Amino acid sequence: MHRTETQRLAKGLAFISPWLIGFAAFTFLPIVLSFYYSLCDFSILKPPAYIGAENYTDLLKDPVFWKSLKNTFYYAAMAIPAGLCVSIGLAMLLNVKMPGQAIFRTVIFLPSLVPVVAAAMLWMWLFNARYGLFNVLLAKVGIEGPGWLSDERWAMPSLALMSLWGVGHAVVIYLAGLQDVPKELYEAAEIDGAGIWRRIWHVTLPMLSPVIFFNLVMSIIGVLQVFDMPFIMTGGGPARATLFIAMYLRDNAFSYLKMGYASAMAWIMLLIVLVLTGLAFWSSRRWVHYQGK
Amino acid sequence: MTLTRNRQSLEPGGQIERPVDYRSAPCTPSPRRRRHPERWLAFAAACLISVGFIFPLLWMLSTSLKPLDQTMEYPPRFIPRRIDWYTTPSGTTTPIPKNYVDVILHDKMDFPQYTRNTLWIAALSIIGTVISSSLVAYGFARIRFKGRAALFGLMLSTMMIPFPVLMVPLFAIFRFMGDYTPIQMLGTLRPLWLPAFFGSAFNIFLLRQFYMTIPEELSEAARIDGCSEMGIWWRIILPLSKPALAVVALFTFMGAWNNFLGPLIYLQDPSQYTLALGLQVFQSSHGGTEWNLLMAASLLILSPVIVLFFLAQKTFIQGIATTGMKG
Repeated sequence: MHRTETQRLAKGLAFISPWLIGFAAFTFLPIVLSFYYSLCDFSILKPPAYIGAENYTDLLKDPVFWKSLKNTFYYAAMAIPAGLCVSIGLAMLLNVKMPGQAIFRTVIFLPSLVPVVAAAMLWMWLFNARYGLFNVLLAKVGIEGPGWLSDERWAMPSLALMSLWGVGHAVVIYLAGLQDVPKELYEAAEIDGAGIWRRIWHVTLPMLSPVIFFNLVMSIIGVLQVFDMPFIMTGGGPARATLFIAMYLRDNAFSYLKMGYASAMAWIMLLIVLVLTGLAFWSSRRWVHYQGK
Repeated sequence: MTLTRNRQSLEPGGQIERPVDYRSAPCTPSPRRRRHPERWLAFAAACLISVGFIFPLLWMLSTSLKPLDQTMEYPPRFIPRRIDWYTTPSGTTTPIPKNYVDVILHDKMDFPQYTRNTLWIAALSIIGTVISSSLVAYGFARIRFKGRAALFGLMLSTMMIPFPVLMVPLFAIFRFMGDYTPIQMLGTLRPLWLPAFFGSAFNIFLLRQFYMTIPEELSEAARIDGCSEMGIWWRIILPLSKPALAVVALFTFMGAWNNFLGPLIYLQDPSQYTLALGLQVFQSSHGGTEWNLLMAASLLILSPVIVLFFLAQKTFIQGIATTGMKG
């Protein structure tokens, strides 16, 4: 018996060895190194020199770091709730039997497949203050549109607006979730005289809550990584209004070669991810319902 | 070309399709035949929203066909007044819009080379991910060994680590590899595909869920016939999991095709740029105002994705739907 157990262990480890090696080399080692670098003055050109917690104390005094953090949370506060509402709303709408339903689903899903670079180019063009489609349409109704991406106040809301164009992915997940809601529940609610809004609030949303929770956690992790879109579209401007934390991290690491400083930032970022997902998990006990599994 | 067809088997949920309506049972006509004002409202809303979602793409197409002067015309027209077609050096006019040829042959942007680089990375990433992830998933799904649950949990938790957290040390590791081993990493395409050969948590998870649904009896029978674990994986599990492997391959392709931050960090020589990076560098250094060319290039980058979507819709939708279901 003992022998077979050892055998199984050897076999199991052999099968998962690609991941074990990959984890050690591309995840575990980098995390450890990152922590070590965060305590060092490190420019990659010279070996790292230990300086203690200096990077962290400098970071806390760095107004640009705070600005990038504030920007990231500002974006999150707009994009996450809006994305959640829009994608759930669209999923419910596309779940209603209607002519052309398949076409609607395809059309809503397609934009989420557009490569970020292509989407960024397109939206820069749409947002263009002079010739962009938005301002042309606004001018038609007599409104002088803002310089979407060039105005400090508008740049971040513009990016959040653009992010809604890519909700198709989440809509597909919610649509799949909606298929799992037992229809007896709706029938029961209807017999009890619940109208459409009460059925949504008391049946659909609670039944969908595990999926909502999953998407929420993914968006929290995602929002801290937002990089491509602002890097391409605004370069963090105007006046650092769209400088996200991931961008400031990259700037420090690869433009100013302050790799130690960037690593300290990476650790703070990791900490924020852990705290936020921890909070989400903690709160989930109150609002996430699993079907009697 | 529909999304519904694939979901038909899952369709009966939702508040609409009700085969039996208890309230209105014998005397009143079935509510399905009644006119529902909400349903028409929903239809109108779906129409409007769909136009909003598709219009940016149509605008991209429209701009990509216009000569430069028409892009800065006021008011702009949706249908280009004139489309310049490409004329070959020998003077024959082709049915290909000139802007697209201009993009492909642009002297500031080596579009064919970027395409080759991107395809190379995508191909190797797909091969690496499919092989390694399915092996690892088999280990997690089918072999009961001590510590399996803990390792699996550890693997899932790595999905939470944002890439920017790892990029500085990864860069340093790849640099050291170049300095102390004969394998050059930085300045080559390798950092972009090599990690794929060591499995990716997300795909391992996806495949493992799929393998769990394959009846154990099949492997048991093979085992009695003297088949090794490796043989069971190769002869029984792999052939049965083609749909799941297709999902993994598709997502890996999309990841490689879209990846921007990776190439931005690791690639130094313009001859190694991928399409995503190449287009961004072109835009920021040169193409500030040539929106017609930028839209043509964006559309060229987008087109394989659209083609893939219409060829493999089912794979896309099923893949995304399953990943969301772990709750």
